[in-house]
Amino acid sequence: MLPSDSRVPSDSRVPDEVPSDVPQESTSDPPGDLSFDPLVRHSRTAPGWELLASELTVLFRRRRTWAMLLALAAVPVLIAVAVRLSSPVAPGRGPAFLDRITQNGLFVGVTGLVVSIPLFLPLTIGVIAGDTIAGEAGLGTLRYLLVAPAGRVRLLLVKYAGAAVFCVAATVAVAVAGVVIGVLLFPVGPVTLLSGDTIGVGQSVLRLLLVAAYVTVSLLGLSAVGLFISTLTEVPVGAMAATIVLSVVSEVLDALPQLVWLHPWLFSHYWLGFADLLRQPVAWGSFADNAWLQAGYVAVFGALAYGRFATKDVLS
Amino acid sequence: MTAGSPSAELAIETRGLTKRFSHQMAVDGIDLAVPRGAVFGFLGPNGSGKTTTIRVLLGLAAATSGQMRVLGQDMPRNLREVLPRVGALIEGPAFYPFLSGAANLHRLDTADRDAPSGTRGARVHRALERVGLTQAAGKKVRAYSLGMKQRLGIANALLAPRELLVLDEPTNGLDPQGTREVRALVRSLAAEGTTVFVSSHLLAEVEQMCTHAAVMSAGRLVAQGTLDELRGVGASRVQIRTPDADGARRVLARLGLAPERAGQPDNTGDDGDGLVSAALPDHTAPRDPAVAPDHSVAPDHTVVRDHTIVRDHTIEPEAIVAALVGAGVRVRGFAVQGSSLEDRFVALTGEGFDVAQ
Repeated sequence: MLPSDSRVPSDSRVPDEVPSDVPQESTSDPPGDLSFDPLVRHSRTAPGWELLASELTVLFRRRRTWAMLLALAAVPVLIAVAVRLSSPVAPGRGPAFLDRITQNGLFVGVTGLVVSIPLFLPLTIGVIAGDTIAGEAGLGTLRYLLVAPAGRVRLLLVKYAGAAVFCVAATVAVAVAGVVIGVLLFPVGPVTLLSGDTIGVGQSVLRLLLVAAYVTVSLLGLSAVGLFISTLTEVPVGAMAATIVLSVVSEVLDALPQLVWLHPWLFSHYWLGFADLLRQPVAWGSFADNAWLQAGYVAVFGALAYGRFATKDVLS
Repeated sequence: MTAGSPSAELAIETRGLTKRFSHQMAVDGIDLAVPRGAVFGFLGPNGSGKTTTIRVLLGLAAATSGQMRVLGQDMPRNLREVLPRVGALIEGPAFYPFLSGAANLHRLDTADRDAPSGTRGARVHRALERVGLTQAAGKKVRAYSLGMKQRLGIANALLAPRELLVLDEPTNGLDPQGTREVRALVRSLAAEGTTVFVSSHLLAEVEQMCTHAAVMSAGRLVAQGTLDELRGVGASRVQIRTPDADGARRVLARLGLAPERAGQPDNTGDDGDGLVSAALPDHTAPRDPAVAPDHSVAPDHTVVRDHTIVRDHTIEPEAIVAALVGAGVRVRGFAVQGSSLEDRFVALTGEGFDVAQ
């Protein structure tokens, strides 16, 4: 009763690749057996962009998502207002770049990212990534997505892509809010880089975007960890908490000098390593190290998530 | 199985389907056979394995052992080809509470790879219309009542033309009006040629809308067939209300019936009436061949066991009354009762219905 398609064994078909000759599969059925026009089905292929668009719609229609983005945007605003209202900060005290804010408002964005990385960003990413599968399971919509059928691999990819888009949105929220409030409260002019060179405003906005990109990449590993944890449970809050705890554990381990051998393997190790992007010329070494490390985490935890989710009994 | 390929006639077919959870046998080697075009009632007490069976059939959970075919194709190997042709309501509706009813259907429809996006809006509208939710389409699901969510769940199953609908407890939470609407909807879908597989723990519901049924008990399939087969055609009983119970029993015994005392009627005073009942011989046998059990449908579990027995004499109920009166029995009530599905159930599941395992 196998389809007469001898070129491709039907069970090894890549899910996202819809063969154009699908009607062949029904050769075992009498043609008049279909109760409706077969052209209604298989009339087009849907590689998953629509599901991704729908995923993003659902994500950004949630009040929770906007609450988190607003909270992130509030970080640089609070910093800028506090600095504006208080006496000048002595160089070397407080978070990195804090002392430069009063000279140049563009630094508020960078300072905001520095302050957000250890806690606020992992917190929000943990919520989104931990919610990916467990949230659907908790609502019960997971079973309806799967019998639609969304395809388990496709759903996992779409969910991860959604979390990655949130990483971009989160860092952009901090950076943009920082630039806006910085421009409003402080003078804006040429920026002196860590290497002592001076660049114009346009160049410095570009550098800020580069830093935002670095931070986004930094969060991709944590997102993959969250995705995997999310496949383990039907309780989204549990997956969120576990993801956030892991990010804190990683940072704590990274701070212990006794574990120096472990440090290059911790996903949080390069989180604050974007200073090289603020030199002239840009030193790409740390960006590449970070990207490789995050790619490794995505590969390992993506594979674990696949291994868990592809065969999981969905009983929620 | 007879020669040829009977599976082409079956919408759902399982062989020894088993699902074991670590400590419990949820589904224990069931052989389901759901004919195409049937409205198939899947009955059983709560916790008898109905929903687990549905989850396994739809690829949500992996079977521990056994084979299954849905719409003529092996599952779960052909999940991707089969599921777009199946609409499902599984263990109650589930939606995003922060989205409107229509937005929820849009969302779930994008998950179906074969659903054309060009007609999505029109299909969502039609599905909402069919379940009477057009007015509430823009309302957030958070504000829906349970009955409205149930309707939305059915609408989701109807987003595309389906060959098979799997509805798990579709009338749960619906008011009597909604229940009636669901029954009408199921009938109209069946009339269009869709096979409908309805699980329920409500006997009356199954009796009213199904053509076939199967009974689960503690993970096992204890009966399967058409409704008539399940009821046991012709197995009707006479019930006599009389103060002369002993006399009535003697008369019935003389007529070749097996009388039994059925106790006191529950709606009388203390006038000493008793109830005597006896099974009537199968006066409709031999059965019409057109409604004879189809062995490709119910190969192993058909409950009709003695339909080949042809009795050469039948006793008309009025003859019983005449005999009773002739013997001086004071007949105060006389009834001929067809056996109900409920009787079969209690007999099959061995306990009161709706008792959790």
